[in-house]
Amino acid sequence: MPHGTFARFIWPSFLAMILFIALPIVSVAMQSFFVEHEQVMREVENCGPFKCTTVLQVDLEATEALKADAPLGRYNGLGTYTNRGHLAFDEVSEIWAGADSFGNFIAGVYNLPFYKALFFTLAYTFVVTPLVIVFGLLIALGVNRLPRVTKGPTIFASLLPMIVTPLIGGLILFWMVDADGIIGATLQIIFDDPDLSLKASAPLTWIMLMVYGVWHSTPFAFVVFYAGLQTVPSDTLEAAKIDGASRFQQVRYVIVPYMMPLLVFITLMQLMDNFRVLEPIVSFSAEAKARSLSWIIYNDLSGQDKLFGSAAATSMLTILGVAILLTPVLIKTWRDFNRRAV
Amino acid sequence: MASTASKSPRLLTWFATSMIIFWLMIAIGPFVWTVWGSFKVQGDFFSKADWRNAIYGVYTLAETGGNFTGNGYFGAWIQEEFWRNVLNTSIVVVFTVVISLTLGTLGGYALARSGYRYAFWLLIAALVFRAMPHITLVSGYLLPFFEWNVWGRLSTTIVVLVAINQPFTLWMLHSFFLNIPKDMDESAMVDGCTRFQAFRHVIIPVMWPGVITTGLFSFLLAYNDFAITSMLLSSENQTMVPKIASFLTQIREQGNVMFAVSAVVSAMVPLFFLVLFFQRQIVSGLTAGAVKG
Repeated sequence: MPHGTFARFIWPSFLAMILFIALPIVSVAMQSFFVEHEQVMREVENCGPFKCTTVLQVDLEATEALKADAPLGRYNGLGTYTNRGHLAFDEVSEIWAGADSFGNFIAGVYNLPFYKALFFTLAYTFVVTPLVIVFGLLIALGVNRLPRVTKGPTIFASLLPMIVTPLIGGLILFWMVDADGIIGATLQIIFDDPDLSLKASAPLTWIMLMVYGVWHSTPFAFVVFYAGLQTVPSDTLEAAKIDGASRFQQVRYVIVPYMMPLLVFITLMQLMDNFRVLEPIVSFSAEAKARSLSWIIYNDLSGQDKLFGSAAATSMLTILGVAILLTPVLIKTWRDFNRRAV
Repeated sequence: MASTASKSPRLLTWFATSMIIFWLMIAIGPFVWTVWGSFKVQGDFFSKADWRNAIYGVYTLAETGGNFTGNGYFGAWIQEEFWRNVLNTSIVVVFTVVISLTLGTLGGYALARSGYRYAFWLLIAALVFRAMPHITLVSGYLLPFFEWNVWGRLSTTIVVLVAINQPFTLWMLHSFFLNIPKDMDESAMVDGCTRFQAFRHVIIPVMWPGVITTGLFSFLLAYNDFAITSMLLSSENQTMVPKIASFLTQIREQGNVMFAVSAVVSAMVPLFFLVLFFQRQIVSGLTAGAVKG
């Protein structure tokens, strides 16, 4: 296709992506160097019946005028990145100096908001992703053995957790595990502890969110693996059987290698999606015990005073995280492409 | 050896079947439970004393005189005007799907037919864009949108959702168009069609299966989105998902959990039918990206 025709076909889509995905990233980068204006203070003389005192007051008009004049705020350089809410260089070096053991240092760093969120996000991503793959494969192998009539309804039921809106799926599970919900109340009876609440303890909250993540994403892995299973050549499997491979060996040495490309695909998608985890934290109201990077940004932006600078700095750091996650995949694609081109 | 060989399949079948049954209970149980419970009163659905209350509806019978009650639905739809949010969601979803499919088919077709290197790089760029967490993009939108005074409108949200949908739509339609033989449009061009005429008269009639599948996923993205709709819409323009989220804060103050439960069930129903009717397309769409990407 000649360049001109290509351009004519692609421009609307290209323009949309440039305007609303590429430029916003630039806008985020810009905003991250600025911080909200300080309130303009004014000395006001307060005269009582006996004497006059001067007090400092917020000059609302001047503050508003300043905001309208420079909506970005005032230039802060890398200040937002290094402050306590983000990379917290000063605090980290202080903790480093004061810590007597490595464990102590980690514990200290973990208390800083950004690192806490980063830790949760990474833990969530790297716990949920492998579990999703394992469960997805097991369910696909199981469904593949089912008689034909039951396959359709099983796939229908299996798709639901993935298709349903994440916020809604989260709420449905939350209402069940809540202290008065069916699972929560049953757990209280089992452990004979009327105050038992999954929300009150950090480890339980984390487990709850991760269980939600696995529940939500397993159908995706299942469907992809199930479709892959239909294309595994039966003669290879038969050959393995004749050679005396056990069922486990058939899976391990024939099916899994055959599905390697699918596994890479699922891993890539899951890493991208789990890294942005936000909805379950909102629907489980788990922010007291577990915060993700996306949640900090969401929180900065949804308050009455929107902290654009802070949200933008966290966003930039999140984008950096995504880039690091994606690098191996991109390098591999680039190599494959060059090999093909040669 | 012979005994293990004959025994293991039965054990395996037993194990596999029970695993699938267990999975089905986990997968569909919560939905069944919530749909059933949404017709009860709060005392039954959140019953501390006895979970079976939710099944029999002890308090529901005592409070309303019937075994089932639509009070939650009445409260959510009429009292809290949830129908407005349903309407907003319909507008946003319909426009997002139509516009992103229009842009996506044109772009995906071009990407599938261009043999040049930049088409490949464009797809890679789309993949990178696909990985951007939506909330980071939102933090880029908010300030400019406030400045230009376009914040809070449905149209702004539609445009943003279309753009965010593009990377995925392009990938998917690109792989569908690769499946349509090149000879078809090329022979039309040999017969004197321009590229656009070939697209119009040869490709468009055969592209619908792919477009429907892609449309389903655009629908899901627009329908299920929380990050963008909750940040970019003013409270009177809210769609269902952010409205449900705002129910939650309201609940903490007033305690009408059943409103939220009913709203959640209402928002689930269309998705349920979507899976029911388009199961095959969803499965093929999920795997199309994997097999060809």
